[in-house]
Amino acid sequence: MSAPNAAPAAGAPVLNVAGVSKHFVSGERRIDALRDVSLHALGGRVTGLIGPDAAGKTTLMRLIAGLLEPDSGAITVLGLDAAREPLAVQAELRYMPQRFGLYEDLSVQENLDLYADLQGVAPDDRPARYRELMHMTGLAPFTRRLAGRLSGGMKQKLGLACTLVRPPRLLLLDEPTVGVDPVSRRELWEIVYRLVREQGMSVLLSTAYLDEAERCDEVALLLDGELLGHGPPQAFTRDVRYRSYAVTAPGLKKRVIQQRLARAPGVIDAVVQSDAVRLVLDQDAAAVAERLLPGVDAVRLQPVEARFEDSFVALVRARRGEPAVAAGSDDGVEAAADGDRAVIEIHNLERRFGEFYAVRNLSFEVRRGEVFGLLGANGAGKSTTFRMLCGLLPPSGGEARVAGVDLRRARARARARIGYMAQKFSLYGNLSVLQNLRFFSRTYGLDRHRSQNRIAWALDRFDLHPVANANSETLSLGYKQRLALAAALMHEPDILFLDEPTSGVDPLARREFWQRINALAEHGVTVLVTTHFMEEAEYCDRLAIMAAGEILALGSPESIKARAAIGGVAASNVEEAFIRLIERRPAGAEAA
Amino acid sequence: MSAIRLRGLIRKEFLQVLRDPSSIAIAFLMPVLLLLLFGYGVSLDPAHVPVAFVVEQPSAATAQFTGAFRRSQYFQVVPMADMPQAEAALMAHRVDGIVRLRADFAARLKDGGDAPIQVLVNGVDANTARIVQGYVTGVWGNWLEHYAQSQGQELQPPAELRTRVWFNSALRSRNYIVPGLIVVIMTLTGGLLTAMVMAREWERGTMEALMVTPVSMREVLIGKLVPYFILGMGGMVLSVVVALWLFEVPLRGSVWVLVATSSLFMLVALAMGLLISIVARSQFVAGMIALVVTFLPAFLLSGFIFDIGSMPTVVQWLTHIVAARYFIAILQSVFLAGDVWSVILPNSLALIIMGGLFLLLIRRSARKRLE
Repeated sequence: MSAPNAAPAAGAPVLNVAGVSKHFVSGERRIDALRDVSLHALGGRVTGLIGPDAAGKTTLMRLIAGLLEPDSGAITVLGLDAAREPLAVQAELRYMPQRFGLYEDLSVQENLDLYADLQGVAPDDRPARYRELMHMTGLAPFTRRLAGRLSGGMKQKLGLACTLVRPPRLLLLDEPTVGVDPVSRRELWEIVYRLVREQGMSVLLSTAYLDEAERCDEVALLLDGELLGHGPPQAFTRDVRYRSYAVTAPGLKKRVIQQRLARAPGVIDAVVQSDAVRLVLDQDAAAVAERLLPGVDAVRLQPVEARFEDSFVALVRARRGEPAVAAGSDDGVEAAADGDRAVIEIHNLERRFGEFYAVRNLSFEVRRGEVFGLLGANGAGKSTTFRMLCGLLPPSGGEARVAGVDLRRARARARARIGYMAQKFSLYGNLSVLQNLRFFSRTYGLDRHRSQNRIAWALDRFDLHPVANANSETLSLGYKQRLALAAALMHEPDILFLDEPTSGVDPLARREFWQRINALAEHGVTVLVTTHFMEEAEYCDRLAIMAAGEILALGSPESIKARAAIGGVAASNVEEAFIRLIERRPAGAEAA
Repeated sequence: MSAIRLRGLIRKEFLQVLRDPSSIAIAFLMPVLLLLLFGYGVSLDPAHVPVAFVVEQPSAATAQFTGAFRRSQYFQVVPMADMPQAEAALMAHRVDGIVRLRADFAARLKDGGDAPIQVLVNGVDANTARIVQGYVTGVWGNWLEHYAQSQGQELQPPAELRTRVWFNSALRSRNYIVPGLIVVIMTLTGGLLTAMVMAREWERGTMEALMVTPVSMREVLIGKLVPYFILGMGGMVLSVVVALWLFEVPLRGSVWVLVATSSLFMLVALAMGLLISIVARSQFVAGMIALVVTFLPAFLLSGFIFDIGSMPTVVQWLTHIVAARYFIAILQSVFLAGDVWSVILPNSLALIIMGGLFLLLIRRSARKRLE
């Protein structure tokens, strides 16, 4: 293969962003996508651009690729000015946009040919280069398949192959791992590191998954268009070293521990993780059980290794000056009768679309007050399952009872007992918060009096008073999420369905959201949640991991990790368990 | 400009067209459908128009008169007993006009005096009304002549009107509708289809991926122009074939003028489509704009169906920015009259100016940026 011409010496900067600002105007609103951001990427290294949605990651990528012009500041890519010489820059770097830039009605080979033409790869060099790329991505058996018929993970790899058809010196990848399964995610990282190792390529990769930060050589942390920090990930975690603990107390349920810890002094972060509560303390706070959980016996504080997310949460809290837990969460969350009766019972549920089984052999039960997670990549059958349980899609076979109602008989009656929060929140953007709440209470058939009560409750409980009259489309993602949850709870449902509720929101908003969910669960509301955030799975009481329409594993996070044990050692997290379980499946069982 | 890049883009476009049934439908199925619909369905020639006849006192003369109408292919005679009945029929749209022969018709005719005939037409449909009025007069004139001859008199009109219709001697409206339709169809492929496929690239995020390759904006634009030019010309050829052989529209001009002027117009239509796609980045918006600024004007303001000369002055000015009007003028003369250079040259010049202007605008505004 043709070696990249003159790979820059490892460690020399290939990209320099100096004081860049960029704003957009949408209607009457001015959005500052980037504010005075400065960072660099070194040659032969993987630099991660880490941040939640709307942090400015994509805008920065587009600026670097010369697709946008900055308001101020300068971007130097491989010695070229990105704003002044976009064509020269585009000849040197490759950029894979978020949706991979594939033509779905073209085959794998045709996509490759197109990008080889566009990148000016000489015809003689192509066969060897194609072979290499197909080998690297494992797509060789599928060259004749249309790109639109590939799975998410395969599309991602084809996008990468098209981007790399002529090896660049600098590779930009915009959220390449969103929505793909953990196995594909891991494979992508392997490919990236091989490119860096074998070809000295420099990679700038953006992601919203904080755990991926630790795989980068260097990270730049973005939030709301501003740079929060820049350096090797170890430097970030070093700052929060010796401050993380796993907390257990035999007499208390984990969610109760979590709620108390979150309000204890000196606590930066407290989240449920499997059987314990993961605690991050402030710099000068002492890890003393009596101070953290007064009046509780036999509290165990086990030191655990700091992770990147801990430092992110600490940085964000320091910047925003927010307390560890938002107001409005309930006290008296003691014991709703737990584990008494099943409110969702599913037996051999299946859904066919023509010849294709979107879901099959699905059987599980969810008990009252339980938080149950459905985990899987895009296309694993989560949404189909959800739609059936919400009574939006009739099953093609099997039995399903929700809140004691047979879904095949009385779907409308079942729907009255459930609240549903859709992925994109499904709010009316040009209605105010108050109008949205009124609308939803009316659609649930609440009478005037009850509707007024519930709206007042929602405004109080979700801190929506300050934005009550603002149009919902102008709200931040965190507020939208709160409003959507409030809207789903207007009729006090027994069961709450949450479809990818936290995708894209920042870690603090995610924590606040789970705080509310936990409180609801403690009050006896049953919660069913889908997610592709593997770490979020740890917040659930029990999980069903889905792949290709079937349940791969079912049980508590701990038991799933134990089941994926290798040589008696349990998987260290749910993601690892997921990968191992997928790999253990008989060959050919995975949907291509 | 790189030949390899351009070839890659053009090949990609063709593959997409082949795999996307909606492009094929717009380029080939829609023309045939429109031609059949308009060629057979819409005719501006009146035929068998129902007209009520109120003969207040039947006589040999009145029978002869109505007979003339019965023999005419344009009218369907509906005898009525009296005026109220006829008026009711007119109100109910059962007839489009009333011809009334008063009781003294025969007597006054015999006296050699004037024998008035009352003709009432329903003016709601102004077009039909005008035609009915004209044809009634025509049939009546003929009948009068025959009557005079049969009476042994030579009717001596002071001057004789002899009409000859040139270019479309049978006065078939199909002969000028079908060339007009070809213009509408080409506008559709050039404007609508092109604007939509560009917007599709924005929608699916592939435009962003294209833009970060070393490809230049000019290559992207030419990569769209070439395939849809070929597609549009294919639709044009298909329409011409249908026009010549199915509808038997004459082609009196030369084929090369037809091809040359069609190519010119196709370029203008494509330029309009590309111009729209620069503003519209979703298929819905692109489709809406294309419909309003290309398709509808080509239909309504081009002289295809509605005569430009009879439009209000302001609207007439407006038609000058409708490219279709120039091409319709060219096509109607190429099909029905021949290579009339005094029509073809100025109209082609107008198309060249419009096309050049559009392409210049595109060059200026199509920047390789995402904003």
